[in-house]
Parts: sequence; structure tokens; C-alpha cells
Amino acid sequence: MPAILFQGSNLKKVFNRSTIFSDIHIELKETQSLAITGRNGSGKTTLLKILAGVLSATTGGVEFSLGGSPIDPIERFRFLGFVSPYLQLYDEFTAWENLDLSRRIRAIHAENSRLQSLLERVGLSSRNDNPVRTFSSGMKQRLKYACALLHDPPVLLLDEPTANLDVDGKSMVQAIIKEQRQHGVVIIATNEPDEVTWSGSILNLDSRPQTR
Amino acid sequence: MTPLITVFLKDLRSELRTRYALNALIMFVVTTISIVLFAIGNENVSVEILSGVLWIIIFFSTMSGLSRTFVSEEERGTVMTLQLMTRPLTVYFGKLLFNFVLLFAMNVFTIALYLILISTFTIKSYLIFTLTVFLGTCGLASASTIIAAIIAKANTKGTLYPVLSFPILLPLLLTVINGTQLAVDGAAVSESFGVFQVLIAYVTVITTVSYLLFPFIWRE
Repeated sequence: MPAILFQGSNLKKVFNRSTIFSDIHIELKETQSLAITGRNGSGKTTLLKILAGVLSATTGGVEFSLGGSPIDPIERFRFLGFVSPYLQLYDEFTAWENLDLSRRIRAIHAENSRLQSLLERVGLSSRNDNPVRTFSSGMKQRLKYACALLHDPPVLLLDEPTANLDVDGKSMVQAIIKEQRQHGVVIIATNEPDEVTWSGSILNLDSRPQTR
Repeated sequence: MTPLITVFLKDLRSELRTRYALNALIMFVVTTISIVLFAIGNENVSVEILSGVLWIIIFFSTMSGLSRTFVSEEERGTVMTLQLMTRPLTVYFGKLLFNFVLLFAMNVFTIALYLILISTFTIKSYLIFTLTVFLGTCGLASASTIIAAIIAKANTKGTLYPVLSFPILLPLLLTVINGTQLAVDGAAVSESFGVFQVLIAYVTVITTVSYLLFPFIWRE
């Protein structure tokens, strides 16, 4: 895996004249990880979305380079994996079709065996032909992990990583994070004390100045 | 398979499975043409009026169905899923292609029904009519798609869509009605060059503006 540099500089987000957070600086390199913590409404999810590039910061910016070469923000999706309870899949499609859709839209050259092994890894191989609308919330969360890992992203962003998951699911997530930390970057947004220990550093948004 | 075609096929497959827009469009067209038939009765309505009525039906069927491509993504919460998978313009052109195919199919159905049921509406120049319908469909699809992307995040989508669309589509509608009248009158193709120039210019302008604006609309 080439050298990774993932930076968020002077990030500030204002919603309807309320400052959610400000003066946030993040710098992570390969094998580094960060847990973003804070009370409900402190902006953990918002910060993660800004880092993922799906939400604009009011001020500040996110820069990402791979192997020393800066990555255009419009191409950042190729190198990020994102999992969140509010990320929705296509209910009318099966698990396989959702994963295949991700493969085709991202233009990933992956064999069917890769998709099959991912579904096995997340514990959905026996349900790959079932429509996602028949899945429980935990099964959907597992499928999101499969979609997030399909393109071997250097950076993994996880919002409430074990939400809706059973004990086996939590072990699965812990193993994924451990593996990702060996060569990539992991950023977790969580309030769970156990999950905070899965990362090497902590950013507590509660200790940041906010105005409401 | 390119990402753009994948977005198009995703929407097509989803529509064939859920039939959100398709059923609404078919019912709208059948109902509207039936009402027009009852309203006309045995009256001898001029072909100019019938040309206008045809495009009124097409306009309102566009309004009833084409916003779904973006509104459904917002309602289901899959916007972020798409944002995380591909570039904004891939999404835009994939959905534009889907809207064009859907609208073209509906227009063919609408026109066939119109021609069959309203005997006084006859086309003398099928070349002019076909080109007018094709370019008109391109214009309707391109304008409707970008407006659908804009209103998808609004609270009052249903009202806002036709309100925003009408002033933008009005030049297109006037031109295609004019082109249809030329086709019905059996005018020479050379007489319709002005119509085609306007339609091609319209499609070019709207598509170019959409290309420039969509990345800003798509991202929060």
C-alpha cells in the first residue's frame, strides 16, 4: 500500500447560524487511526461526512494524497470506504446485486469470487440472492461492510461501526478494523467506550468550542 | 460496462421492479387522452389545437413521472450511497439517459394512442414529426432531469417541480407545437429548419448548463 496522508485542516461547520464545530485539524498516515467521540449532536457524523466528501465544510478543507500524489476531491470516492447506519442500500435489489452494482459503478476489476468471499466474510453468503428489503438492520449493516471493502480502500470511515450488529458482527468489525490498521487509515465516529479503544488516537468534539 | 451505463441500467432495473414512474405515466396518459376524447366528442377540432393538446399531455406526463429519478434517491436515502460510489456527472448523465429512454417510450405510446383514437389528427410529414418528437424529447428530458435534481431536496417537491419547469420548458413547448403543426400541414422539410435549429440549440444550452451546475447541486 503506498504512503497515505489524510488531512483535515481548520475544519468548521455552521448550520443555521449554529457552529457545530470549529478549528478541527486531523492528520493521519498509513497505519494510523482516530476515534471521533462526543455527545449526541456534537457533530461526529457531520465531521465524518465532511471527511468523506459528501458534505462541504463551512471553512477549511480535506486533503488526501496517496504515494505522495494529491487525490482530486472528485476522485476521493475511489479510495474511501464508508459505513454508517444511515447509509441506505437498494432494497429492491439482492445483496449480490447491491455488491455487483458497487463493482460496476466504481469500475472495479473484481471477479465474482471476490464478491462471494466478501459476502462470506460478512456472514451473508447464504442470503446473497435475497432482496435487501427482507434483511434485518444488522444484515444490512453487514452488507454495507462488504460494499465498503470491495475496492480495498486505503481509508475506512466508520460511523457507529457496530450499530445493529450482534456479538459475531462486532467481532467481525473489530477484525476488519485491525486488518485495516495494518496498512491503511481508519476513522471511527462513536460513543461506545469499547470501540474507542480500537483506534490509536481520540478526537473529542465535546472539548471543542461550539455556539448554539 | 461504463459507470454511466451502470447508473442507467440500475434505474431501469429498479423501475421495472418497482414501477413507480411507469404506472403513474401510463395511467396519466390513458386517462388524459380519454378525457380529451370525451371533451372533443363529435366536434371538429382544428389540428392546431390538437397539436397543442398533444404536447400538453406530454408535458404533464413528464411532470408526473420524470422527477422520480432523483426524488426516489432522496426519499430512500440512497443519495449518499451514490455520492460515495461515483462522480457527480456520471450520476447525472446516467439518470439523463434513463429519463430520455423512459420519456421517449412514453411519447411513442402517447402518440400512437393519440393517432389511433383521434382520427382527425393525421400526420402528413412523418420526417418532420419524428425529428420534432425526438428533439423535443431530448429537450424535455434534459431540462426535467436537472430540475428534478434541484427540487429533490425541497419539502414541496410536487408543487415545485411543475412551477420551476414551466418557464424553462415554455420555449421548448412553443417550438415543438410549431414543429408538430408543420408536420400536420405537410410542410416542406426546409420550412422546419428553424424549428430544428431552436430545438438543437435548446438541448445544447440546457445540457451544457446542467453539466456545469450539477456537481454543485448534487453535493450538500
